[in-house]
Amino acid sequence: MCLANLFRFTAVWCLAAWISAIPAAAVQPGEALPDAALESRARAISMELRCLVCQNESIDDSDAPLARDLRQLVRERLVAGDTNAQVVDHIAARYGEFVRLRPVFGPHTLLLWLAPLAILIAGGLFVLRSAMRGQGAGPPPLTPQEKKQLDDMLRDEAEK
Amino acid sequence: MVVELGHYALALALGLSMVQCVLPLWGARVGDGAMMAAARPAAVATFLCLLASFGALVHAYVVSDFSVANVVENSHSLKPLLFRITGVWGNHEGSMLLWVLVLALSGAVVALSRSLPERLRALTLGVLAMLTAAFLLFMLLTSNPFMRVEFPPFEGRDLNPLLQDIGLAIHPPLLYLGYVGFSISFAFAVAALLDGRVDAVWARAVRPWTLAAWVFLTLGIAMGSYWAYYELGWGGWWFWDPVENASLMPWLAGTALVHSAVVMEKRDALRVWTILLAILTFSLSLIGAFLVRSGVLTSVHAFATDPERGAFILVILVLFIGGALALFAWRAPMLRQGGIFAPVSREGALVLNNLLLCTACATVFIGTLYPLALEALTGDRISVGPPYFDATFLPLTMPLVAIMPLGQTLAWKRGDLLGAAQRLTAAFALSLAMVAMIVALTHGGPVLALAGVALGFFAVAGALSEIVTRSWRRGASLASVWRRARGLPSSAWGAAVAHAGIGLLVLGISATAWEVETLAIVRPGETINAGPYTLRLDSVSSLGRNTYKAEVVHFSVTRGETPIGRVTAEKRFYTTRGMATTEAGLMTRGLGQIYVAPGETLPDGGIAVRLYWKPFVLLIWIGAVVAAFGGGLSLIDRRLRIGVPRKSRADSRMLSDNRQILGGG
Repeated sequence: MCLANLFRFTAVWCLAAWISAIPAAAVQPGEALPDAALESRARAISMELRCLVCQNESIDDSDAPLARDLRQLVRERLVAGDTNAQVVDHIAARYGEFVRLRPVFGPHTLLLWLAPLAILIAGGLFVLRSAMRGQGAGPPPLTPQEKKQLDDMLRDEAEK
Repeated sequence: MVVELGHYALALALGLSMVQCVLPLWGARVGDGAMMAAARPAAVATFLCLLASFGALVHAYVVSDFSVANVVENSHSLKPLLFRITGVWGNHEGSMLLWVLVLALSGAVVALSRSLPERLRALTLGVLAMLTAAFLLFMLLTSNPFMRVEFPPFEGRDLNPLLQDIGLAIHPPLLYLGYVGFSISFAFAVAALLDGRVDAVWARAVRPWTLAAWVFLTLGIAMGSYWAYYELGWGGWWFWDPVENASLMPWLAGTALVHSAVVMEKRDALRVWTILLAILTFSLSLIGAFLVRSGVLTSVHAFATDPERGAFILVILVLFIGGALALFAWRAPMLRQGGIFAPVSREGALVLNNLLLCTACATVFIGTLYPLALEALTGDRISVGPPYFDATFLPLTMPLVAIMPLGQTLAWKRGDLLGAAQRLTAAFALSLAMVAMIVALTHGGPVLALAGVALGFFAVAGALSEIVTRSWRRGASLASVWRRARGLPSSAWGAAVAHAGIGLLVLGISATAWEVETLAIVRPGETINAGPYTLRLDSVSSLGRNTYKAEVVHFSVTRGETPIGRVTAEKRFYTTRGMATTEAGLMTRGLGQIYVAPGETLPDGGIAVRLYWKPFVLLIWIGAVVAAFGGGLSLIDRRLRIGVPRKSRADSRMLSDNRQILGGG
């Protein structure tokens, strides 16, 4: 890697790191709603929304300007009388499904939501089946013919 | 010169590891003892070469040799010596070198350990060398830490300041010790499949590695979590971040492996499953490494920014995991199936433990990879965040903690459920009483948190009662009970301590429901409250250090009217990288902590401050450390070491007589 490339790479990387590592003051004191019940709902919703320009942070944790805008939007909608679900839907409609940290239950997430239960049940059935087979008390006894065969083999072995 | 020697040693290690791979595997096939024996010196030589290579890189960092690209990118001559050294593994190339070094170290230990069957040792070392060679090839071709730059700059680019921290300096080595330990279990499993033989000797040979890996991984994850807690600045300790999940998955599978290995050892059952689990645990470590190292985590598209490395790791991944699983599918039916057992028994409970742990692991796996798969297949981008994991992971792990004391109380072979429940009555009553007390004191709390508290106390009390019921006899004196308790095998103590540690962890997690958060803008002289504590902002000072400038915020803390101390928090700005970090101010009160993080400064001198009172938060990490300590106790159990002749009573009597003579003289 030549030096110019190296520095370009480092610069880009630093920028990315800087964006993701701005100290998290996150929710600012001035943003809070005066109504405590509404504010705690706003916080709960904020934890379910992703900050789109950060590395895997909710808008509640992030200090990025976009996260701040979204927090304000959440509070505006709440004051306007939306339910929690309506607020999240409103923001997801504007910014895309990616913004939801709790993926919706739908055809494309069926596997995601049902997999844990399906695996548990399948695993449980497998264990049960093995246990049932285990109760069958070992392999079936040898038939007389098999016994004779075995004796012959053992005798051959002994004679060698 | 030193750098070139390091580079040369790295290449030499590749050659040696190829020898260590081919000779013993071929020797085992044709039954040539001399070829198999070659594995041992080769393993030691590989380790020595890698040690020299690692030493060369450390040297380059210590003397700030800015003609080496890796040092330029990740170091700075003014950085403290400690962070110049830890910077060696604070980056991709260096951490790969550390990984391979630890892998070779374990190989050397396997090579030098006495009392391993020669054939098993040769096969295991051969498989290990295959891994070492693959990773060395990866390093030499795509991630060489010894690359020079054409025009050395005068100064380095400095290490990411978030990583300039003692917590994160020891976090990766701990994780690697864990991952590498599991790669030894993997090598043993593949060796067993190649050999077509799994027996008690095998189980005993693998157990210390699995346990040690588990202990290190537990400590490594706990360390990482504590680092995130105090360094990232908002007091969270687990974010369900893919990078964290990458280490949690092998931990969950490894926990299942530790338990299934016990069943295999004691009851000769679950043989095939244990082999499969050993393969899966290591596969998850590899997948974790792939996820973290390839950049695929941020987005499927990030994979394309460095396709060479990503594709190489993907090939290693497919070869090893696919190869091992194919071998398993081919050879496993030939392995003798182990014993059978009744559902209500210790081993039955351990099967349930494995079922729940593996389902939890699969859930984390799906939650982490689903967005990537969906984006690759349909182009839809979704996020799977903490709400998903809370909704799926907790219902799986809470029953697990609940059956933990029960399983430990049940006897092997045929357990008595009613009897076990009776023996746990005291523990159960105690946990209910504690919950009732908490409800009375705090006027309730979230139901989930209360359930967590009950579970946590039940786990701790259940672990205690296990030790007590095994050593207490009606009418026995306290001294004899104590003697009997001390006489219990250290693996019994280990299990009890580890389970109690998990209980403490659950208590710490549940206690987060009672944390108090205050956000306020504070000016010098003003105060801010959280829980029973009041903080007064005394002053703000500035500080200049070699590589950063800081704004230090001083608070004095009072409880009621009583002053109880001072706490300082910092906002740092690292000049070379232009990065800012928050150093939260922490004050420990009992098991809880006062946590204060300064945010932005307003033009009028006010500072946005986040203040938390986090009661019992330290239990989270104390619990993890206690659990790891339990694993360590289990590790030193003499009975589990192979080749240790059982000491007869006469021997130990003679020994104590000798001691008396020595003591008397």
